[in-house]
Amino acid sequence: MLNIFMLLFSRQGKLRLQKWYVPLSDKERKKISRDLVQTILARKPKMCSFLEWRDLKIVYKRYASLYFCCAVEDQDNELITLEIIHRYVELLDKYFGSVCELDIIFNFEKAYFILDEFLLGGEAQETSKKNVLKAIEQADLLQEEAEAPRSVLEEIGLT
Amino acid sequence: MPAVSKGDGMRGLAVFISDIRNCKSKEAEVKRINKELANIRSKFKGDKALDGYSKKKYVCKLLFIFLLGHDIDFGHMEAVNLLSSNKYTEKQIGYLFISVLVNSNSELIRLINNAIKNDLASRNPTFMNLALHCIANVGSREMAEAFASDIPRILVAGDTMDSVKQSAALCLLRLNRTSPDLVPMGEWTARVVHLLNDQHLGVVTAATSLITTLAQKSPDDFKTSVSLAVARLSRIVTSASIDLQDYTYYFVAAPWLSVKLLRLLQCYPPPEDASLRSRLTECLETILNKAQEPPKSKKVQHSNAKNAVLFEAIALIIHHDSEPNLLVRACNQLGQFLQHRETNLRYLALESMCTLASSEFSHEAVKTHIETVISALKTERDVSVRQRAVDLLYAMCDRSNSKQIVAEMLSYLETADYSIREEIVLKVAILAEKYAVDYTWYVDTILNLIRIAGDYVSEEVWYRVIQIVINRDDVQGYAAKTVFEALQAPACHENLVKVGGYILGEFGNLIAGDPRSSPLVQFNLLHSKFHLCSVPTRALLLSAYIKFINLFPEVKGTIQDVLRSDSQLRNADVELQQRAVEYLRLSCIASTDILATVLEEMPPFPERESSILAKLKKKKGSSKLPDMDDSRKNVNGNTEFVCKNNGVIYENQLLQIGLKSEYRQNLGRMYVFYGNKTSTQFQSFSTSVSTALQLNVQEKPVDPLIEAGAQVQQILNIECVSDFSDTPVLNIQFRYGGTLQNIAVKLPVMLNKFFQPTEMMSQDFFQRWKQLGAPQQEVQKIFKAKNQMDTDVTKAKLLGFGVALLDGVDPNPANFVGAGIIHTKTTQVGCLLRLEPNAQAQMYRLTLRTSKESVSQRLCELLSEQF
Repeated sequence: MLNIFMLLFSRQGKLRLQKWYVPLSDKERKKISRDLVQTILARKPKMCSFLEWRDLKIVYKRYASLYFCCAVEDQDNELITLEIIHRYVELLDKYFGSVCELDIIFNFEKAYFILDEFLLGGEAQETSKKNVLKAIEQADLLQEEAEAPRSVLEEIGLT
Repeated sequence: MPAVSKGDGMRGLAVFISDIRNCKSKEAEVKRINKELANIRSKFKGDKALDGYSKKKYVCKLLFIFLLGHDIDFGHMEAVNLLSSNKYTEKQIGYLFISVLVNSNSELIRLINNAIKNDLASRNPTFMNLALHCIANVGSREMAEAFASDIPRILVAGDTMDSVKQSAALCLLRLNRTSPDLVPMGEWTARVVHLLNDQHLGVVTAATSLITTLAQKSPDDFKTSVSLAVARLSRIVTSASIDLQDYTYYFVAAPWLSVKLLRLLQCYPPPEDASLRSRLTECLETILNKAQEPPKSKKVQHSNAKNAVLFEAIALIIHHDSEPNLLVRACNQLGQFLQHRETNLRYLALESMCTLASSEFSHEAVKTHIETVISALKTERDVSVRQRAVDLLYAMCDRSNSKQIVAEMLSYLETADYSIREEIVLKVAILAEKYAVDYTWYVDTILNLIRIAGDYVSEEVWYRVIQIVINRDDVQGYAAKTVFEALQAPACHENLVKVGGYILGEFGNLIAGDPRSSPLVQFNLLHSKFHLCSVPTRALLLSAYIKFINLFPEVKGTIQDVLRSDSQLRNADVELQQRAVEYLRLSCIASTDILATVLEEMPPFPERESSILAKLKKKKGSSKLPDMDDSRKNVNGNTEFVCKNNGVIYENQLLQIGLKSEYRQNLGRMYVFYGNKTSTQFQSFSTSVSTALQLNVQEKPVDPLIEAGAQVQQILNIECVSDFSDTPVLNIQFRYGGTLQNIAVKLPVMLNKFFQPTEMMSQDFFQRWKQLGAPQQEVQKIFKAKNQMDTDVTKAKLLGFGVALLDGVDPNPANFVGAGIIHTKTTQVGCLLRLEPNAQAQMYRLTLRTSKESVSQRLCELLSEQF
């Protein structure tokens, strides 16, 4: 089960997260995401979650204002990929507490960290929700210990 | 989970993101970004050393800017500095930046690798994980060179934390995909396979992916994983849904792991060990049974996870293609899904049935669903589902239902989406040709295609109908009559004019007896379309006219007048003008005899593979559409190579594989040539051979890069240990563009390759023939000739098969008698054969006697396919 890439984008077609599991140039990545986002946004709501696109299998699902989309290889299992997406959404939801698009925009780095704990090299690494969240929580604890007090100027965002 | 972490710390970043979001226009955004970039650049260049926090914040801003789609050309050094920070969050941001924006700048790679090395050695699991994630995300060759030898050690070490093991397994998998040559598993193999037994299901999940990838490349090394995978799977499918705690997903026990295990098993044939095999069959039956149980939850996640496992189980059943009972159950299950209310399930059922249709065990069962599939074609609202329905109809088509399927496809074509019309046209054309019993149906079908979807009928399709009409004289009169009638329509597609012009030009005489289609009527009909057509069609019509002059002397004058007119003789198009001038002169000066010779009916076209089929394959790319012909050919194991050793064994539009081979006693050497047909390099090219125990195949290494248009050679050394019937399979894997290609080709290594011909006298032959008289030593087969019965061809085939032909042994000179010895490492098997052709009945009788029953059987199978 190899995920080739994963994209999160809004209804307006803005990319919110992109993760590539195969080496591609920046130019290729931009072209693929542009074309694919257009293709998916043009589909109607009740349509099937799978489509053949170029020589890839695309699995996607919309959650509120965000589309989650994975490209997998030809022999890969579509339904389990759909549930990969769902588990990732659950992880984000649990971590942010009712996740919304803004959480992912403002904390994009966290979205990437959570994804890395869950999927690595395009394969499911840890499918237990508890274990993934435990790893992220531990990292957050390390973070808090490390944070030193910031200056007042910094706090109001002037630097 | 505390909501603490939201936007923690980096307030400057949050403010910047807000600013960007508030920008009203693209210009404003670019302006804001440029301002920020200038600010960051000055901070990085400034005299004052930045503290870790600021560096982290600025690097994070750069990352954000990059992810918005802007180019970033600085900041890499600062990110690398963050890697060696001892503060976790700084390190983490550094790694994230590196993972997203790798730069192959060698200076930096060395520094990055250094930092990774330190973190891997730190024994701090959180740091180790960060480092492993980075390697897995970047996966570059330099990293493979630096770490490929350390990671397996981390993976199998007893004191490694579970989470680190998981990262290490997938990290290794990624490196193996990008640089397989640098990741030798050798000594670690057994311990890696053993991870399938690990207590921690997360470790098993990650390890299964790794093992699957490795097993695809070298199945033999990982054979032991089969029994462990079956045991694991069996424990999962029989567990109560709560047993696996957090690995249970919406009441389904470890769905991801189950799917991965089933995938791993698809790297292998069905287990040979009977108890293992029955345990696996039980698992598959349990999964099929569960599909019939009432759902434990109404949530779609429950049914998705459950069905994900079910579809993977069905994929394994199809892959094994050996248990008719399971195949038919799978087919029935998919049949239920065809009418499910979930679009996703209907889509998948159609897709999965396509592969079932090509199994001989389930082809009939698939066919029973024809009505449902046809109704899907008519009622599905989603074009991608309708596309699957077309694919399935194509796959399930055979002689018994071809008329119905072709008719349905034609009627669907009238309303089909433009995006899939051309493909449907090709499919209809192929099916109509393949299953035509009488060719009048074929001609009608193609003319219908042109009528309904003329714009989508490519040259290949109308060329083909002409080839077929020319080659079959039983259909020529009908074709002429039908095109004549079709041309009566006031508006007809130009493709019809082309076909009509060609066919009437050749065979118009066959309908000229009827006054309604007299030569003059035919000519006027064609010529009435002339002015509406494009130049190539007009050129074709001019040729039809000159053919008319030969067929029907009575219209010569009329046609000459047309050719002589200014619009022809002085046509601005040079091709049309030239034809008009030449045809006119030809008709004036040549005698009837010369005209008849020059304009003789076209000779039959040589029979060859339909160009339409080639076109469809091309259109589908490296497609998975199971073309029945292809899969059947592969199942038979390249019969054409039984009697020859050299040639092309595989070709698609990316890759051509040719081979030369030579055999001596029980040893063989095969030179395999891989040709890259594209203008792009193939990367990570690797091969492996899976073979039965009775054969040893040793592969020499092959270059992982094949340049565009280049050919590389690989040598395989083959040893025959004892007699065998399964041919080895060559698995090829490479990256083309961004995607991984997997190809499996049967290698034509058959038992008869190890023949040594033996000359002997008549009396010796009969003496041995009698010695081998026990019933199980003789195998006889009577079969119909598939090819023309030609003595020389038969001789050549028998010699190619490997035996010596013995003259003057058989009293009937039309019969063939041969002898040879099969050499294997363990034994030698003497072999005598006799082939009796019966030209009148177009049959052969083949008799084989050898000292070993299995050898007699196998040789008889192989040889009887040849005639």
